[in-house]
Amino acid sequence: MSKIKIHNKSPHIDMTPMVDLFALLLTFFMLTTTFRPQEPAIIDTPASISEKQAPDKGILNLSIDKLGKVYFNLDNGPDTTTKFRAKVLEKMGEQYKIKFTPKQIETFSKLAAFGMPIQYVGKWIDQKDPAGRDKLQKLLQDEKIDGIPTDSVDNQLAWWIYFTRQIDRNIQVGIKADMETDYKVVKKILDILQDKKVNKFNLTTNLEKVEVKVEN
Amino acid sequence: MAQIIENSSGKGDGKRKAKKHSTAIDMTPMVDLMCLLITFFMLTTAFSKPKVMEIVLPEKEPDTSKAIAPPVDKSRAVTVILGDNDIVYYYEGLAKADSLPSLIKTDFSKDGIRKFLLKRNKPLFDQILEYKEKIKKGELVLPKDSVSSELKKLRNADKVGPIVLIKASENIKYKNFVDIIDEMAITNIARYAVVDLNPLELKMLEAAPK
Repeated sequence: MSKIKIHNKSPHIDMTPMVDLFALLLTFFMLTTTFRPQEPAIIDTPASISEKQAPDKGILNLSIDKLGKVYFNLDNGPDTTTKFRAKVLEKMGEQYKIKFTPKQIETFSKLAAFGMPIQYVGKWIDQKDPAGRDKLQKLLQDEKIDGIPTDSVDNQLAWWIYFTRQIDRNIQVGIKADMETDYKVVKKILDILQDKKVNKFNLTTNLEKVEVKVEN
Repeated sequence: MAQIIENSSGKGDGKRKAKKHSTAIDMTPMVDLMCLLITFFMLTTAFSKPKVMEIVLPEKEPDTSKAIAPPVDKSRAVTVILGDNDIVYYYEGLAKADSLPSLIKTDFSKDGIRKFLLKRNKPLFDQILEYKEKIKKGELVLPKDSVSSELKKLRNADKVGPIVLIKASENIKYKNFVDIIDEMAITNIARYAVVDLNPLELKMLEAAPK
């Protein structure tokens, strides 16, 4: 009687095709990637048929969340030497008599969107990592002092816009608001912008195709 | 963990053979690493750039008493009022204190405000549609930039289409605002403006069907 041989060899799979495929995918992703910018709040934008792409340079972005809090973001201009963010922060510091150290200004030029009164911006910059900044933002939210102040008593948003326009007069303005944001709030922001002579806006929307048929 | 498959045969005959090493390398760690990297890139990639809708608002007159609304031809005027709960009202012509036009209630659906605007804007809409059709079929070959400028020319030449005045009431959502601007783009309305409600229209809103 012949015994059934038991294979005690380890099962060996040839992984070469798998590695090939993975290498291809990896190359593809590495070449096509543009990193998703960090968002200060979750904003669900409304849909439109517009296919115009948002410019990625020379744009001042105002995000407005569901509750009407305003977040401010600005890029550094067409190249790294222009450092618009740093210049705007310096001017804001002068306006509000807040001294920012050169290191803080340098760090600020590398950061993204924020939504808080100028008095807290220094603290925000000093956080070591993005998680710390998120935490600070949350903390301010709990104390109900998040968002850039837009009321007439201390309209910091107007100053931010004013200085940004002073430093880059060709800057475009993008507004990204949530579907459920009250129009009143958006209107107020539009009014502030119009007071600063901005009359053209880019509203961020999701692309949605619409078929239109004309009845005869 | 590199696997070496040993050749166990041919031991007994005393000849010393050069050991045959198999060239198979264990690729598991490499695959692991690649898997990780791919996942990382897949999660951080933003494939589609955000799209934007451009709007231009009329310049503000600092002194409100000086601001004069530009005259609007009565036969072309259409006023769209955005009400609460996604309701849209509209009326044709201009409102006068002695003869208030009644508001017609509709919504943002396909057969709502869009149907009405399309009917009013049919000449221009057809013109633009025909133009786009021509480009699609290849009868007209134009660089992409000049297409939009040609469309702009068509819009500017429009003399019969409606002039839409968009007015938003107090409690609407931002979505409604974007939707109505979007309707303007869908129906190819050449002239529209976002303006504030006047007292007459507030009165009309009160009397409007809910």
